[in-house]
Amino acid sequence: MPVYVLRRLAQTLLVLFVTSALVFGGLYLVGDPVEILVNPQADQEERARTAAALGLDRPALEQYGIFLKGAFTGDLGKSFVFGRPALQVILERMPATLELAFLAMLMSLGLGIPLGLYAGLRPHGFAARTIMAGSILGFSLPTFWVGLLLIMVFAVQLGWLPSTGRGPTTELLGLQISILTWEGLRYALLPALNLALFKLSLIIRLTRAQVREQSLLDYMRFARAKGLPRRRVIGVHLLKNILIPLITVIGLELGSVIAFAVVTETIFAWPGMGKLVIDSIFQLDRPVVVAYLLVTVFMFILINLLVDLLYSLLDPRVRISEAKG
Amino acid sequence: MSAVLPATVPAPQTPFRRFLEEFFDSKLATLGFALLAAIVLVALFAPFIAPHNPYDLAKLDLMDSRLAPGEQGLGGASYVLGTDGQGRDMLSAILYGLRVSLYVGVVSGIIALTLGALTGVLAAYAGGRVEQFVMRVVDIQLGFPAILVALILLAVLGRGVDKIIIALVCVQWAYYARTARSAALVERGKEYIEAARGLGLSGTRIVLRHLLPNALPPLIVVGTVQVAHAIALEATLSFLGLGLPSTEPSLGLLIANGYEYLMSGRYWISFYPGLALLATILAINLVGDQLRDVLNPRLAK
Amino acid sequence: MRLRVLLAGLALALPLQAQELNIGLSTPVTTMDPHFHNLTPNNSIAKHIFETLVGQDDQQALKPGLAESWKALDDTTWEIKLRKNVRWHDGSPFTAEDVLATLKRIPNVPNSPASFAIYTRPIADAKATDPHTVVLQTRAPHPLLPNDLATIHIISAKMAGMGTPDYNSGKAVNGTGPYRFGEYVSGDRVVLVANDKYYGARPAFAKVRFRMITNSAARVAALLAGDVQMIEAVPTADIARLKKDARVALASTVSNRVIYLHMDSGRERNSPFVTDAAGKPMEANPLRDPRVRKAISKMIDRNAIASRIMEGEARPAGQFLPETFHGTSKRLSPEKYDPDGAKTLLAAAGYPGVFGLTLHTPNNRYINDEKIAQAVAQFLTRGGIPTKVDAMPSAVFFSRGSKLEFSFLLAGWGAGTGENSSPLRSLVATFDRSLGNGAANRGRFSDAGVDAMIHTALTTIDDTKRGLMLAAATDKALGELTGVIPLHYEVSTWGVKKGLAYKARVDQYTLAHEVRMTK
Repeated sequence: MPVYVLRRLAQTLLVLFVTSALVFGGLYLVGDPVEILVNPQADQEERARTAAALGLDRPALEQYGIFLKGAFTGDLGKSFVFGRPALQVILERMPATLELAFLAMLMSLGLGIPLGLYAGLRPHGFAARTIMAGSILGFSLPTFWVGLLLIMVFAVQLGWLPSTGRGPTTELLGLQISILTWEGLRYALLPALNLALFKLSLIIRLTRAQVREQSLLDYMRFARAKGLPRRRVIGVHLLKNILIPLITVIGLELGSVIAFAVVTETIFAWPGMGKLVIDSIFQLDRPVVVAYLLVTVFMFILINLLVDLLYSLLDPRVRISEAKG
Repeated sequence: MSAVLPATVPAPQTPFRRFLEEFFDSKLATLGFALLAAIVLVALFAPFIAPHNPYDLAKLDLMDSRLAPGEQGLGGASYVLGTDGQGRDMLSAILYGLRVSLYVGVVSGIIALTLGALTGVLAAYAGGRVEQFVMRVVDIQLGFPAILVALILLAVLGRGVDKIIIALVCVQWAYYARTARSAALVERGKEYIEAARGLGLSGTRIVLRHLLPNALPPLIVVGTVQVAHAIALEATLSFLGLGLPSTEPSLGLLIANGYEYLMSGRYWISFYPGLALLATILAINLVGDQLRDVLNPRLAK
Repeated sequence: MRLRVLLAGLALALPLQAQELNIGLSTPVTTMDPHFHNLTPNNSIAKHIFETLVGQDDQQALKPGLAESWKALDDTTWEIKLRKNVRWHDGSPFTAEDVLATLKRIPNVPNSPASFAIYTRPIADAKATDPHTVVLQTRAPHPLLPNDLATIHIISAKMAGMGTPDYNSGKAVNGTGPYRFGEYVSGDRVVLVANDKYYGARPAFAKVRFRMITNSAARVAALLAGDVQMIEAVPTADIARLKKDARVALASTVSNRVIYLHMDSGRERNSPFVTDAAGKPMEANPLRDPRVRKAISKMIDRNAIASRIMEGEARPAGQFLPETFHGTSKRLSPEKYDPDGAKTLLAAAGYPGVFGLTLHTPNNRYINDEKIAQAVAQFLTRGGIPTKVDAMPSAVFFSRGSKLEFSFLLAGWGAGTGENSSPLRSLVATFDRSLGNGAANRGRFSDAGVDAMIHTALTTIDDTKRGLMLAAATDKALGELTGVIPLHYEVSTWGVKKGLAYKARVDQYTLAHEVRMTK
């Protein structure tokens, strides 16, 4: 097992290298950052000065070389826009996104699994049909549209929750967290719900599908035939078995929740890294975009590794491929 | 053994007939199918049904912009569902938009599913280094926000329907790959695959006849969700200014364009396209759900 | 007696200063360093904390700032008298040393993505003749020096050695302005507190919190929900509704930004997006013919765009700046919608219905940019020039535009200096690296007569004479040759809660110290 983990981590380095090259090249092709950074009034001399100050007057390969050299010492370059280390800019914004993603995931699991279970166990009931129809709403309406609707209903019409922004933060282990206090949580509820809606629908559907599958399998029939109490059949046998595929999806979706926070953060003016990266893309702030992707890809790989490990723990039939060869 | 083969293969009488019988067993699915068929027909024949041609810029009258449903324009034309900010008839725009959205969603979905499922199942079957490699590529892909992929592709290739399809395939194939792989991984460990290998069946046969069909049910769930997702994602990209050309709007683009009018009470500019999108996705899902149940070898009686 | 006056003063002053003002900004503030990134939202915040030697009122007319007066001693020497009794937030007095330190720091801010050096470059030498007099020597006659000085925020000499990070943390932020630094959270908010010792009018709010709400609809929602009391850049779609809303008041003015069309008048043949009627590439470039450009201008119904696309939040334009600005033409008015006249002109030029265009536009830069482009395409297509629209984010648009990859483009120009020389020099002067001319001339329009007039104007110190020359250059470049096609001036609109009032500014700055309470 440790060898396996080590090898996965070594591959990670390679992945990060490829990522950086792809993004660097891609953004280089998109456009010239100087054009978007300088004041429109700037003349040719000022444009040249900016290019030189940011190192953009060198050939692309040389620029990438400089980046790589820095990257090995943990320096991912300075943001063009902020003039500060890109990694620092991102890490500063990360807690806001993570807490939003966490809250959204909590909402979608906390609601999604019970609703999905219910819909799966009584597939032909009226309630189940309603749940399933609702879940279709959840993933067919674009996030930005639902987001504005939530603001209009809960902030503007009812006045229950604040419309935008992040609430007061408290420090926890050196991180600025806002959802620990009720006041802070009030700010996070609408954006988290907005972010959760799509995942919620997905988890309802997946849970239901799994329940439908599993309940026809032999072990379930056997458990029921044995006269085990229904609660135990569902709570232990069924739940354990539907968890396996769910974990894959959850692992996947946690990452995509972070990636998709972009839209929610834009609408709710949530100062997270999703908002940062979309602004950075539109400003061609390459160091920030590259650093953001390195950070998120790294997180993805870690999450996937954890998922795979969890997998082998939950399902003894699945052996980690390395164990064989 | 026979339980694991696709239901369409071992049936003694015409298998297609049996499939149809099973499919139309459910009233809801029948309804969904009818709805989907109607939508597809409407989309296909949009140019003959639509009262106006929303793509013809010369026919759009700016003075007729933002008319409410039923209001009459200056030139005497009446617009059943109103007009948008450009003076485009909403009904025609929705009919044409449906066409674009369906095309983009379905084509990108099919390509991504095929690509993803094949790589995923192959990875699971091959194991070892191949699997490692494929899964790391998947990791990278999933780590990239769709918006970034779209922006780079847009910059390199330009804007257009084909470009958005490429972007959507790039964004989605990895989901299918991962789902297919995990389903196939479970299947791979089962006795019958061992048995099939023992019987000396070829790898291709095992992958295509055994692993792939068993990975299908979760893929169809993901697929129906993803087609819907693709359409919504395209809307989101349009919202961020990265989607389709604005002179030939999709449903998503119409919704995104109408978004800014939501607060001012001119709901029709994004409400009706939203309704059309909802109906489409509902229909796709009803059909998808039933397909999954019918095709699922384990649920088959 | 003195005590009583003081108490009376307190009684009057205290209830007047409201506790807090929350403002929703449309674009993120990227730094607290007033010399790091020359960007409207940054400058807007800096104007609360810092001040400039020369100020600008809401119409961008120059007024005394930290300088009481300024005058040109000869063509290249300027004497600037500083205001006395001004104190920095830390209590130390403001002197000529601070001005010199500022001028020295500006070209030397490390990693600056958009520096203010364009405004200090004309200055060859600066010296203090006494603690409250500065004499500036320019390299060549530079009549726009006072306008340039209006963009330079003066920092205290003590903090001149500090880097941008010290400014962002607030440590080095020490100004003379009506508000002091409170807090800056990147991408989220800026908090300022009143400077009660300010020499001018006492700030009306004890605390001002700027929140960055970039999504327009969300910004309006925040105002309606009462989370903020003021927003900038009210989206055009919501104006009509907000006008009817009793909880909200709007303030708007025509801005200094014109939306215009640039045409490839440089290339003689094979302009990349000029096609024949069938959509195939075309060798001849009809856009070089001034008659064709005039015809395009006549095909566009500017009133329709202003009323339908912009919902009244724009004024049809006949030149680069509204007539109230210095150096504008008195003769030019918006081109009348005249499709028949356009046809006649096209026929006379020999291009009746034989070519098509693609109009390139940014889609996240100007108010309704992509929609305006679509409307233009609608008019041109009707007028016999089939036109496609290709919209893209400004990150892509400006790079490609500056590489001359387009034939026909839509863009905007805000005259930062508040004078007509700014657009003339950047948009229609012949592209020339060494002179710094035509930096944004993406159509490569070029006319020797226009160039000569701009050049003379830019070296004429006398305001009246310079104004007349700039007007003449505009008449020639726009009226006669249609070097660019002006569409409209954007209207900037602010929304405030009932009970507050804001004097709308042409330079689009959102200034809390200009917000008044009406009751």
